[in-house]
Amino acid sequence: MGLIQKLTEKPWLEQGVDADPRDPDAPAYITGKVGLWVFLGTITSLFSLFLSANYVRMGYADWRPLSEHDLLWFNTGLLVVSSLAMQWAVSAARRGQLSGVRNGLALGGIFAFAFLAGQLMVWRDLVDQGHYITSNPANAFFYLLTALHGVHLSGGLIAWARTFARAWRDYNFFDVRLSVELCAFYWHYLLGVWIVLFAVLLIT
Amino acid sequence: MADVTNRDIDYVAPAEVEEMELYHAHSWITKYVFCQDAKVIAIQYSLTAVAIGLVGLVLSWLMRLQLGFPELFSFIDAEDYYQFITMHGMIMVVYLLTALFLGGFGNYFIPLMVGARDMVFPYVNMLSFWVYLIAVVVLVASFFVEGGPTGAGWTLYPPQTILSGTPGSDGGIVLMLVSLALFIVGFTMGGLNYVVTVLQGRTRGMTLMRMPLTIWGIFIATVLALLAFPALFVGAVMMLFDKLLGTSFFMPAIVELGEQLSYGGGSPLLFQHLFWFFGHPEVYIVALPAFGIVSDLISVHARKNIFGYRMMVWALVAIGGLSFIVWAHHMYVSGMNPYFGFFFATTTLIIAVPTALKVYNWVLTLWRGNIQLTLPMLFALAFIVTFVNGGITGLFLGNVVVDVPLSDTMFVVAHFHMVMGVAPLLVIFGAIYHWYPKITGRMLNEGMGQFHFWVSFLGAYAIFFPLHYLGLMGVPRRYYEMGEISFIPESVGTLNAFVTVMTLIVGFSQVVFLFNMVWSLFYGKKADPNPWKATTLEWQTPETPPGHGNFGKELPIVYRWAYDYSVPGAKDDFIPQNVPPSQVSGKKKAPARRRKRK
Repeated sequence: MGLIQKLTEKPWLEQGVDADPRDPDAPAYITGKVGLWVFLGTITSLFSLFLSANYVRMGYADWRPLSEHDLLWFNTGLLVVSSLAMQWAVSAARRGQLSGVRNGLALGGIFAFAFLAGQLMVWRDLVDQGHYITSNPANAFFYLLTALHGVHLSGGLIAWARTFARAWRDYNFFDVRLSVELCAFYWHYLLGVWIVLFAVLLIT
Repeated sequence: MADVTNRDIDYVAPAEVEEMELYHAHSWITKYVFCQDAKVIAIQYSLTAVAIGLVGLVLSWLMRLQLGFPELFSFIDAEDYYQFITMHGMIMVVYLLTALFLGGFGNYFIPLMVGARDMVFPYVNMLSFWVYLIAVVVLVASFFVEGGPTGAGWTLYPPQTILSGTPGSDGGIVLMLVSLALFIVGFTMGGLNYVVTVLQGRTRGMTLMRMPLTIWGIFIATVLALLAFPALFVGAVMMLFDKLLGTSFFMPAIVELGEQLSYGGGSPLLFQHLFWFFGHPEVYIVALPAFGIVSDLISVHARKNIFGYRMMVWALVAIGGLSFIVWAHHMYVSGMNPYFGFFFATTTLIIAVPTALKVYNWVLTLWRGNIQLTLPMLFALAFIVTFVNGGITGLFLGNVVVDVPLSDTMFVVAHFHMVMGVAPLLVIFGAIYHWYPKITGRMLNEGMGQFHFWVSFLGAYAIFFPLHYLGLMGVPRRYYEMGEISFIPESVGTLNAFVTVMTLIVGFSQVVFLFNMVWSLFYGKKADPNPWKATTLEWQTPETPPGHGNFGKELPIVYRWAYDYSVPGAKDDFIPQNVPPSQVSGKKKAPARRRKRK
């Protein structure tokens, strides 16, 4: 039943429940996935607001564009590989191969950690070059947005750690598969966020 | 009207609905302290919110004492006064109203009213409360740091918020911002639960359009909160950076006490936009649950189906959507392009359309209803009147040309207290009188309730009506004392003294209310499981108060909407949502249907 149809129902006219024992109104979606979508909606709102603040602040006279840092390209590559590895874990889970799930998860996690380490190195380099957080609003936004993205990825790594433990320990394949799918979806989302952030940092 | 097919199914095997794994408490600590049962979390949320709300109440007394009797109280100086107004505003809007409506009522009633055993993510739900509690503790801690809490006004506008001339610009403002950030993190965890439980946790037969309006109101408000609170989060984090790390997101180049500060180039206006992008939806985060609850109170206590159920749902959605494009009407005096102001004035006035539609529907529900003047009904009626009052002054303030001279006067104070202070509080009181029997198993004392209602209702008007007149005369808000201003006659002082006395009286009646809640817990009349003869699922639980898991062994199946009141031929004049058509004695046709066929 479509949403429009649902919202134009006339509840005062209809009584009873459908004869089909499989209730057509029973949730067609998995609760964990719906939860993740709603959560991503909130994060999207958060990042969009930060980016619009960035956009407004750019219009002021003291804005100096950020000096580009080559390592960021490398880090982006790491995050892409991490995301691909997670996707590999998902397809392995769909095929029912536990070993593939384990390898994919392990690789995904390692590359995500590498990405975070890479980001910290970018920060250290920038500080060494004298680009402090106070020297320019563009710098301030760079540190703020990368930190925010890093915090979200770190939160993802907590979920990843639980999934990882689950894939190794208790063998309930449905649970493992769901966890892996949720993790991978979050990973792709954060990759998307990072690409948008990186693009904004590059154009300004 | 075409013929209606009535899908009468006597009984359907309930086996197909998957039972959720319930969390079971094993010890006293996990049952009452670190508990994952939404009902316990709801009570924890409510008690915390009421406790911090009492602090807000006392703060309002202190500032009214200063306004009513300036120079009488030596222990209130100008700095204290600013801290009082700031903390009063922030506590009441965020830590009391938002937390009580969504964390309190949301947690208690969403699972019960949609027919679920619990929230979908109970562990995250528990975390939500504890993070909220930490946020409240951090907020309270700001009273005890050096310099006291922030006195920047609840809007926290930079640059003055973090300049040394503002009280609490050291520890106070940092704790305030940290507390807000924590509140938002905690709320997001709870909000996920409220939204996903409504989407996923409904029992069989509970279609979206069969949900009681209470749930619709809380649902839409939570969606708004999930999208709007991030704006406050962004503002708070960037302000913290400005304060602690010396960035210049919001801070312009500024000279303070003859000294050039290191800030430069930031935009104070940017903060205002972020703040109000949160701040306006916040009004509706508080108002929409109130709209929903009051719809149900009116329908139950007037024994009539709600008028225009579908329109009520759509109006909630429309108000929610529109609330995101009106924020700059809080900033008419901040300086903006005239077309910009025109746009926001227009959207602001458009929002009056779905809102007025709701008011008409409430009144039409009452029309020829079998009105029972119970305490919940009295509060619901008081809400309608108060909301219309506050809403109409909103039309004044929504127009740029009228708003500019009224800005920063007591008129604004009167307007928002009526519309988002008094009105939602009346609903909260009504809801407590309505649901207290289900939550505790005992009725609240009627005599004390009547006293509480009449003193609060009439008292609120005695407080806020005069403030409109003061505002029209140009009496400014936020002033510690008026001093000698030529356009403010002495009679303003007299009126202020009167308002202060009324504030103390109304405050006292809240103490009576709290006493009533504690007293009735032990000595109240034992309540019937369904004392108001309501149709919704929370009244059909096998135990009162509802036990762990809410509904005995089998989840209820829902066969009808929530508003089958005054049904001819029905045993008790109403049919609960979980009664199948075959068990309804007499004619099965509801009056609404017959009227539709004409």
